[in-house]
Amino acid sequence: MGEALLEVENLHVHFPTPDGVVQAVNGISYSLGKKEILAIVGESGSGKSVGVLSLLRLIPARDCKVQGSVNFEGQNLLKLSDPEMRELRGNRIAMVFQDPMTSLNPVLRIGDQIQESVIEHQGISEKIAKSRAIELLELVGIPEAGKRYRHYPHQFSGGMRQRIMIAAGLACEPSILIADEPTTALDVTIQAQIIDLVKKLRREIGMSVIWITHDLGIVAGLADRVAVMYAGKIVEFAPVDQLFKTPQHPYSRGLLNSLPRLDARSEKPLEAIEGLPPNLINYPASCPFLERCSYQTEQCQIPPEMRSITTTHEVCCHHTEKL
Amino acid sequence: MLGYICGRIFALMMILLAVSIIVFSLMHSVPGGPFDERKGRLPPAAKANILKKYGLDQPVWKQYINYMSHAVRFDFGIPYQRPHTTVAKLISKSWAITVQVGLTTIVVAFGFGILAGIYAAYHQNSWVDTLVTFVSSLGVTVPNFVVAMWLILIFAVSLNWLPMGGWGSSGQCLIDKYFCTDWILPVVAYAIAPMAIVARYTRASIVEVMGEDYVRTARAKGLSEIKVMRKHVLRNAQIPMVTALGTEIPNLITGSIFIESTFRINGLGKYFVTSTLNRDYPMIMATFLLVAFLWGILYLLTDIAYTMIDPRVRLGAKSLS
Ligand SMILES: Nc1ncnc2c1ncn2[C@@H]1O[C@H](COP(=O)(O)OP(=O)(O)O)[C@@H](O)[C@H]1O
Ligand SMILES: [Mg+2]
Repeated sequence: MGEALLEVENLHVHFPTPDGVVQAVNGISYSLGKKEILAIVGESGSGKSVGVLSLLRLIPARDCKVQGSVNFEGQNLLKLSDPEMRELRGNRIAMVFQDPMTSLNPVLRIGDQIQESVIEHQGISEKIAKSRAIELLELVGIPEAGKRYRHYPHQFSGGMRQRIMIAAGLACEPSILIADEPTTALDVTIQAQIIDLVKKLRREIGMSVIWITHDLGIVAGLADRVAVMYAGKIVEFAPVDQLFKTPQHPYSRGLLNSLPRLDARSEKPLEAIEGLPPNLINYPASCPFLERCSYQTEQCQIPPEMRSITTTHEVCCHHTEKL
Repeated sequence: MLGYICGRIFALMMILLAVSIIVFSLMHSVPGGPFDERKGRLPPAAKANILKKYGLDQPVWKQYINYMSHAVRFDFGIPYQRPHTTVAKLISKSWAITVQVGLTTIVVAFGFGILAGIYAAYHQNSWVDTLVTFVSSLGVTVPNFVVAMWLILIFAVSLNWLPMGGWGSSGQCLIDKYFCTDWILPVVAYAIAPMAIVARYTRASIVEVMGEDYVRTARAKGLSEIKVMRKHVLRNAQIPMVTALGTEIPNLITGSIFIESTFRINGLGKYFVTSTLNRDYPMIMATFLLVAFLWGILYLLTDIAYTMIDPRVRLGAKSLS
């Protein structure tokens, strides 16, 4: 993977609420290499969004507590001042969000929304920014870019809007693009187009990508490495082929078993993972997966630590040998 | 768009016609008439003469046709309360003052109301926010003549800083006979309630828009808070604000009898009440038609404002895609 571009260490995000502290993210660590596509998977509520929003300090709740360190280009992002952070957002690290229908401002022309960050960060004139925006629209595959530049979001389909979001994200040629479930709201065929687009852009622009999804099907075709999240923790971290061939954590196995397989000769029925994730307010003192796990033993009362089982494969479970 | 506006203006004409019929028949069906004797008795012959002079001896439908045939030529008759002038002259003279009061009040109420609303929205649950909420609850619940009395007691009687009443007659004015010291108290008293409504509505609209996904997108682009607010939050918050706040405008520019009588302002507001009490038929008709006209125009203007703020709105067109 070479040298890491981004290193997240022991990240915690907690929300104090009237009912108690919501422990949304509980000590996650990972690194992102240059030009790497890292997928973060996990069911909804597992802390994927909060985990990446906190990197750019974009969590709306003011009283949320973020701990740990996030190293990017020699600085800890969690320690930056507000202006320093703004300098980075959209410029060096860009984000694309889940719902393209609501993530674009309905009353502004899309051209404006694409060029906004270039004007902000590079201080270029409107005219140059406009030609840049049209270039970007072409890059993400929007036909008649020169004309479409002046249109409003409601004049585009969902897939087109997500392309526009990606174009806006790419405007300053960021080193990292964080995409939070960018295709969840789209049709499968459009999903495939967006994924191809991101792979192409990674090759051409050479950026790194953090791709959040709850869809393992997407991960297989896109990512280099995968982090599986459960209840605010990374429970397994591995290159994509290793995870699919030899999943170690019972939760990862459950996720894979719940996927339909085209090559399945066996008549084995799809398995759903029984039960619900733990309450994040009364976070269990045991292994958080304990209640849903069929391999549980006495030992699981003590929460497991992340362990390397090969040089590239890490798991957070006491029972990896037995599995 | 132009065709649409013409259609709307035609519809407004039809509304005015309907209002004129309703008001005319209602005011004639209310017991009592303009020349009923309240003090001494008139000789029957003299009374018949007066009724004849004003055409009141004819059947109501004839009176209506007679009235309308003059009204379409902007001849609204003679006010019974002031027989030496015409309705048109009386209204234009008194409304000119009321419009001054109203427009100044609108500027003050909307200016301060919007600023307070924005500030409160951006400092939710701070003491300023609490203060804005408190003052605006007071502003909505306390009637403006009560506020007016307090203002007079404090600033005119006790402190003697400002005149007790009048409009443009204090001699201390910014420009000519405009923006005088005697404008301050009536405008403040009149502005408090609409200002409170504007502040609360602005705050609510902004808070709602601040939670939208596209505002997060704007922050993720690294825009400064000011730019996020100007370009993304305020533009969208305008949409609900136009709907709710536009309706304050016709009320304010047609005047308030409470404010005008408290501060001895010779405006239009009092005629809404006195013409009804005196069965001053021409004035009743004219004031009602004026109000109906203003509301009609206001709704047209707010609809046009939508198309300027929100590109998704296309007047008169079937919606795109
Ligand atoms: N502002 C907040 N206040 C309290 N809890 C929150 C807040 N934002 C998110 N959470 C909680 O954090 C957890 C993780 O949320 P999220 O990261 O959005 O999950 P996902 O993996 O689906 O993206 C959820 O249980 C959610 O309820
Ligand atoms: Mg999410």
